[in-house]
Amino acid sequence: MHPAPSVIIFTVLSGAGFGYLAFLGLGLAATGWLAFWQFALAFAMAVGGLVSSTFHLGNPQRALLAFTQWRTSWLSREGWAAVASLLLMAAYAIGAIFFAKVLRPLGLAGATISIGTVFITSMIYAQMKTVPRWNSWLTPVYFIACALSAGSLLSGLRGPACLFLVALGVVQIICWMSGDGRFANRGHDMNSATGLSGRIRLFESPHSGTNYLMQEFGFEVARRHAAKLRVICIALISAIPALILLAGNYPALTGPAFVLHLTGTFVSRWLFFAEAGHVVQLFYGRQTA
Amino acid sequence: MTALPQRTDRKLGLVIDLDTCVGCHACVVSCKGWNTENYGAPLSDIDAYGAQPVGTFLNRVHSYEIQPQEGGCSQTVHFPKSCLHCEDAPCVTVCPTGASYKRAEDGIVLVNEDACIGCGLCAWACPYGARELDQAAGVMKKCTLCVDRIYNENLPEDDRVPACVRTCPAGARHFGDLGDPESAVSQLVARRGGFDLMPEQGTKPVNKYLPPRPKDRLAAPPALAPIPDRDASGFFAWLDRALEKI
Repeated sequence: MHPAPSVIIFTVLSGAGFGYLAFLGLGLAATGWLAFWQFALAFAMAVGGLVSSTFHLGNPQRALLAFTQWRTSWLSREGWAAVASLLLMAAYAIGAIFFAKVLRPLGLAGATISIGTVFITSMIYAQMKTVPRWNSWLTPVYFIACALSAGSLLSGLRGPACLFLVALGVVQIICWMSGDGRFANRGHDMNSATGLSGRIRLFESPHSGTNYLMQEFGFEVARRHAAKLRVICIALISAIPALILLAGNYPALTGPAFVLHLTGTFVSRWLFFAEAGHVVQLFYGRQTA
Repeated sequence: MTALPQRTDRKLGLVIDLDTCVGCHACVVSCKGWNTENYGAPLSDIDAYGAQPVGTFLNRVHSYEIQPQEGGCSQTVHFPKSCLHCEDAPCVTVCPTGASYKRAEDGIVLVNEDACIGCGLCAWACPYGARELDQAAGVMKKCTLCVDRIYNENLPEDDRVPACVRTCPAGARHFGDLGDPESAVSQLVARRGGFDLMPEQGTKPVNKYLPPRPKDRLAAPPALAPIPDRDASGFFAWLDRALEKI
């Protein structure tokens, strides 16, 4: 799949933003000016990500229509969940910042829906039977692990943050290991795609140039680079931030640890898209083996 | 709207005969010709006369070479591919705006372009590459089964079929109601063993493909077998004996 920057920025920033909002909602928010900066960061990431997601739309002026199909579409549900959690957390934030009042039930509801939003975002990808690498219950686990890691890290909870970062590293590795063979394991090959028997090769492409399908689904990442990027990803997303937290209680290091973690999440998400193969590639001669 | 209908009264679709398709791409051209000036936004071409031309098409013909498992000559199969108007169309349910829908009356899957935000999710959900986002209009384009021809009483009756079917010089494309077991297309599918593409995706396509017949196997002896000895006479008999003696 084409690793579109707008969608990578959307899933990474919104995931971290809603993860942080969830921890703030659990009662970890301060009051007054400190709370203002905490919520400003969380909202900037969550809303910034959502705004970025509209950049890949062909006709963003009609984006409000995306709220209509919540009964069937995960993308539509995502719109509702995102707006609901942002509104609840905004009310909670106003209480904490201006009235020094932490409204517990409101915060808990906001936290639940914030994590729910991350789950719904992940289902947009996990539902795609056409992309076997994503089509697994591991995809929501991976997205939620990213959100919880970022949220706990920013909240300065050293213990839980270490736990979530290590768990995220493990989940990430399991995702790669089980995802690598899923395309072939599902039985998708050129024979099932075309219904023809025998050994098939693409003799002539339908068009001499490229097209939307090849640009969107034909992205292939060199395996050599993928292996290197996976090592870099694990180091940044999990290992180094966890080691920084384990080194001792240095609040000044929270920022750098988060920046490293977020950079690792960008690498991870780039791989999430770049390594994902779409079954339509079979019609264009991709061999599964 | 993006909920799929429980059942459709008819299942209009195409039957594509891989045995007779000659790979001329006439269906591709006629499809583009009709659909660029009728239903919805035109099918744009970007950099049409430049170095990197890209365009939107609703129908494309791939060509494959198959080597039969049991040996013998390989076979070329031309493979036209367009929307299969699936009964369980995953492209419809993912649509966030209700632009994508499947009609209850005839099963045609359409896009209401006025509601399409161009998110591309339906193209991701389609296993067959049947949907292409038009780069100029920013809306999703797909085969409409020429919905503006098949019911069009301004056209002569012969022309009330999809443009690709009307134009196919080899008679490799057939149009009809695949929900009616008595229809000509349903009987053709039954007789020729029509099949679904990528059935493991569970999309239940309406369009069917008819398999190419296996190539004939030659029964005659190999052409380059050694010529059997024959009795020579005259000059050649003498030459033969003389050479033997050397």
